[in-house]
Amino acid sequence: MFNYFLTITVFFPAITALFLLIFNDKKRIVQISISSSIITFILTLFLFISYDRDLGGMQFIDYFQWINSINIKSSYLLGIDGFSAPLVLLTGLLSMVAFMSSWRMKLRVKEYFIWLLLLETSVLGVFTSLDLLLFFIFFEFELIPMYMLIGIWGSGRKEYSAIKFVIFTLAGGAFMLIAILSLFASDSVSTLAMVSISEINLIGIPDLIAGKELIIPASIIFLFFFIAFAVKLPLWPLHNWLPDAHTDAPTAVSIMLAGVLLKMAGYGLFRINLGFFQETQGFTIFDVSGLLALLGTISIIYGAIITLRQTDLKRLIAFSSISHMGYVLLGFAAITSSTTYSLYSLNGSAMQMFTHGTITGLSFLTVGLIYDRTHTRDINKLGSLAKKMPIIALFFVISGLASLGLPGFSGFVSEIMIFLGTYKIYPVYTIISAFGVVLAAGYILWMVQRSMFGTNNLDKDDSTYDYKDLKDGNFYDILPAVIITIPIIIIGIMPSIFITFFNMGIKEILR
Amino acid sequence: MIELITLLILFIPFSVFLINSLLLRTILGSENDLSGRLNVISIGVCFFLSLIVIFNLNNASSTIVFDWINIGDVDLSFSFMIDPLTSVMLVVVSGISFLVQIYSIGYMHGDKSFSRYFSFMALFTGSMLGLVMSRNILQLFIFWELVGVSSYLLIGFWHERKAAAAAAKKAFIMTRLGDFGFLFSIIYLFNINPDLLNIHLLYDAIVNNEISTQVATVLSLGFLIGAIGKSAQFPLHSWLPDAMEGPTSVSALIHSATMVTAGVFLIARLFPLFQISDIMILVAIIGASTSFIAATMALTTTDIKRVLAYSTISQLGYMFMALGLEAYTAAVFHLFTHAFFKAGLFLSAGSVHHASGTFNMKYMGGLKSKMKYTYYSMLICSFSLSGLFPLSGFWSKDEIILSAYNQGGSLGLICMIIGLLVAFMTSFYMFRAISLTFHGDFRGGGDKEREDLIKQKLPVPETLEHVHLEESPKYMIYPILLLSFFAIFIGYFANPVFSDLLFIDKHLFGLFLEKSLEVFHFHGSHDFNFSIALVSTFISIVGILFGLSIYNKKTELDKGNFFNSINNFLDKKYFIDYLYEKFIVQNIFYELICAGLEWIDKNIFDGININLSKLIGRISLRSLKFQDGQIHTYSIAMVTAGVISIFILIILG
Repeated sequence: MFNYFLTITVFFPAITALFLLIFNDKKRIVQISISSSIITFILTLFLFISYDRDLGGMQFIDYFQWINSINIKSSYLLGIDGFSAPLVLLTGLLSMVAFMSSWRMKLRVKEYFIWLLLLETSVLGVFTSLDLLLFFIFFEFELIPMYMLIGIWGSGRKEYSAIKFVIFTLAGGAFMLIAILSLFASDSVSTLAMVSISEINLIGIPDLIAGKELIIPASIIFLFFFIAFAVKLPLWPLHNWLPDAHTDAPTAVSIMLAGVLLKMAGYGLFRINLGFFQETQGFTIFDVSGLLALLGTISIIYGAIITLRQTDLKRLIAFSSISHMGYVLLGFAAITSSTTYSLYSLNGSAMQMFTHGTITGLSFLTVGLIYDRTHTRDINKLGSLAKKMPIIALFFVISGLASLGLPGFSGFVSEIMIFLGTYKIYPVYTIISAFGVVLAAGYILWMVQRSMFGTNNLDKDDSTYDYKDLKDGNFYDILPAVIITIPIIIIGIMPSIFITFFNMGIKEILR
Repeated sequence: MIELITLLILFIPFSVFLINSLLLRTILGSENDLSGRLNVISIGVCFFLSLIVIFNLNNASSTIVFDWINIGDVDLSFSFMIDPLTSVMLVVVSGISFLVQIYSIGYMHGDKSFSRYFSFMALFTGSMLGLVMSRNILQLFIFWELVGVSSYLLIGFWHERKAAAAAAKKAFIMTRLGDFGFLFSIIYLFNINPDLLNIHLLYDAIVNNEISTQVATVLSLGFLIGAIGKSAQFPLHSWLPDAMEGPTSVSALIHSATMVTAGVFLIARLFPLFQISDIMILVAIIGASTSFIAATMALTTTDIKRVLAYSTISQLGYMFMALGLEAYTAAVFHLFTHAFFKAGLFLSAGSVHHASGTFNMKYMGGLKSKMKYTYYSMLICSFSLSGLFPLSGFWSKDEIILSAYNQGGSLGLICMIIGLLVAFMTSFYMFRAISLTFHGDFRGGGDKEREDLIKQKLPVPETLEHVHLEESPKYMIYPILLLSFFAIFIGYFANPVFSDLLFIDKHLFGLFLEKSLEVFHFHGSHDFNFSIALVSTFISIVGILFGLSIYNKKTELDKGNFFNSINNFLDKKYFIDYLYEKFIVQNIFYELICAGLEWIDKNIFDGININLSKLIGRISLRSLKFQDGQIHTYSIAMVTAGVISIFILIILG
């Protein structure tokens, strides 16, 4: 079974990257890369639209065996279900925005776009691969382009941040590798497929290990997978790489990092930690769901409080990401059985991944535009920007309001779904987390007020920019912001489009 | 038919918002006149439709629009309802918004962001209309937040003014604090039974005794906290005076007539739930204490808009008190009449500012001869607010005091005394304001104030403008005149005395409104007590005379007064702002908790990472020494390793 469509979508950016090698004209390279990202987006959109919602299950399956020994079978297996289809779309969308926002790139243009294209392929690969080995390869491969992109095109302490990012993620990845090998060691595991697919007579790990005794206890395997994803999420107290990486990364990379890379962790939690460990012998995910909720709650409040102290725009948004990704874990943790309530919170958690991706993408995009003009991200050195660049300010305020969970924007939908669902199981955590919404209003409005409103009475000597000469964004600057705002508003008003998808996927993951 | 109208009422303002912000602003530029006219016409249509609704209302109707977040068999769809309470609110909101839009064309004339102003106004009006029509509490919360953000955008409309931007933020965060309670109750209710979020099903559940007192108490407490934040009740009241930094037309619409009454509306909407809970007494106490505290603060304020803001808080406290005393009709009726005369007062204050260039009453005076229409309108509205017979404020205020009297017991007695005290203070501070503004001699206006401030080397507020003493343009005057007309006559809808007054039946308003709670067979008292009315009128008149006579002769304000220390205390607003902003938020929360956690994050969590990497670096440096390239080092290592392995093998056997 091999209809190539998904494979083409995943590898299209990588093929473009190869193709780019023969070009030398900088302008041409920018054009080709942006067009490629637009085509990839159209492909992902096509996947999303043509996914058969009545049928459900895994679709667009590409499958052939590549390791076929007696003990273990690993295969090239791609496919999407209701859970991954929106995330694939998100990747296509945010990559397109990231590429568009790089149109001014001057430094080593060819390499920059090649790395960015490879990054896109690896993220798409993570969301579509259904074989554990393949998943791991894509999950780890993303490190290389990220390291280069932060280390070369970043700002500030870029080498430090790049290496910190790599070490953290690599350490997490090592745990995942051990976890995969531990699964491999069990007699019952004969294939590394992450789900069962009846069309091709493939039995996945969840079914293989259900009710079986594993050689290495399930709890340890669970923990190792969890650590890998917790680093990536990032979860308190493993979060310290994120602010540094964000602060020093170029705009497009920040968009990719916050927008889609963090979602790989959420995806992994659902697909692996939830998918595998519901009926395992001796230990199930339900045993530790309370602990997960606690960690999520700590992340939410801790992240929000630290955010309140930040004066660097990017660092501020980075810490707020920690807080917002905490909601993902909180919603995820409300899994006792498949009642309506836990469906609400799980769907909310999945929605939060999508909405946070778009909202934070918009935040980083506008901050990038501000930084291009003012050469500073220090809130104390900004002020009254709304007067000089009203359109950029508009999108900055939209991203802020969406991020603090204002109804009408998508962030509210996911947060309210999480709260509605989790209260039944974790009333205390829910109330504490709901207070995070108040704190969010605090840091967002403070940031907006100080940087956009009021008066700009800076010393000229101290300032890195001339307030009088500030210009608003042109068409190419604003277009990506408009593109990314559309889903924020559409989901805020009609979330049911995405909920039907996620709900379908989650129901299949729940056993 | 009525379904279609419901949709239109909601659809029109939102589409105007989109047209104004996306089309007109980009095509015609931000100063185009068309956006203002479009607002006036479209909201006029809404008002007309609301009138159709209120005259054709037979029984509660509902319109389901579309799925929102439905999962499984849980129904969380967007749906709307029209009942008497909604229809009254529709008329108030669209009517006042209509007049304020007309006024705004004159007031905002020549502003650089004319079009942005009107698009925000349309957004607010649409959200507020959506709020009162929501049938689902979660949906109500959505509109509740949307009016909050429109208020944020409009308070901070002149965003280059530092005070305005700060006030907008403060308003949003303080109401958010209250919304936390609201949100909690929604979550709690959802977890009892998701269907109960639909208001009609909640009513049914209450009728069938499916909700225990305990549950109702928890729920009502959360909703009450939300209402306190939105309606600026003690202790979350301090954002409203600051919100006066926004344009005056915004204060008239949002911060006196409509949005701040959303809290009262919420409690009225969920009145049956509050009734079976144990916290009705708390509602009454909060209302009474707020109305008293705010009235005292208004006594010494010199900024005319802030006097009106405190007055609004105080009157909202009245409504809360009435709700707490189970005087449902009286509360909603006071909301109804208050909306008109308070909007009239705010618009008059804007007109005064137009002429004198300042809001500071120390620099006003003698405007009576210069702006007759404004003066008489303000006089009428102040009489109405003071509750003078036979203006509309009299009827509604009297019903509240009467309900306290009827309640009896210590609570009723306290509420009645506070109600009368507040009535006295209200007429006193209103006529103090009238004397200072309109009577006596003119004291220089905005120009003089600027001079004085520069002399004292104080910062000059950005609201100061130049003096041009003349009546405001007709766009501003007509709405004020209309509102003062309503301030006289609108009280007759209650008609507690006559059996049939023209076309108004006895107790028209009360009987109509109580149909909202038909399923509960709710009947309030509608009687009229002559002696109470006499006492309250007498008290108002005394207040008016005091206010007029004390401040008539004085040009220098509040100096050498033996109340000086009290004055100071009141001027500082009971040090509440200081307590909240400086002490709790700044010192305790920000400098202690946030800074502490930040230190921990930097030094402990990130410190572990950094030190760990340093440690590993050091270990690897040490172990590097073993690889020194000397054959004998390696052979020693080999032999040692071999011996140890053999040893282990022997032990393991």
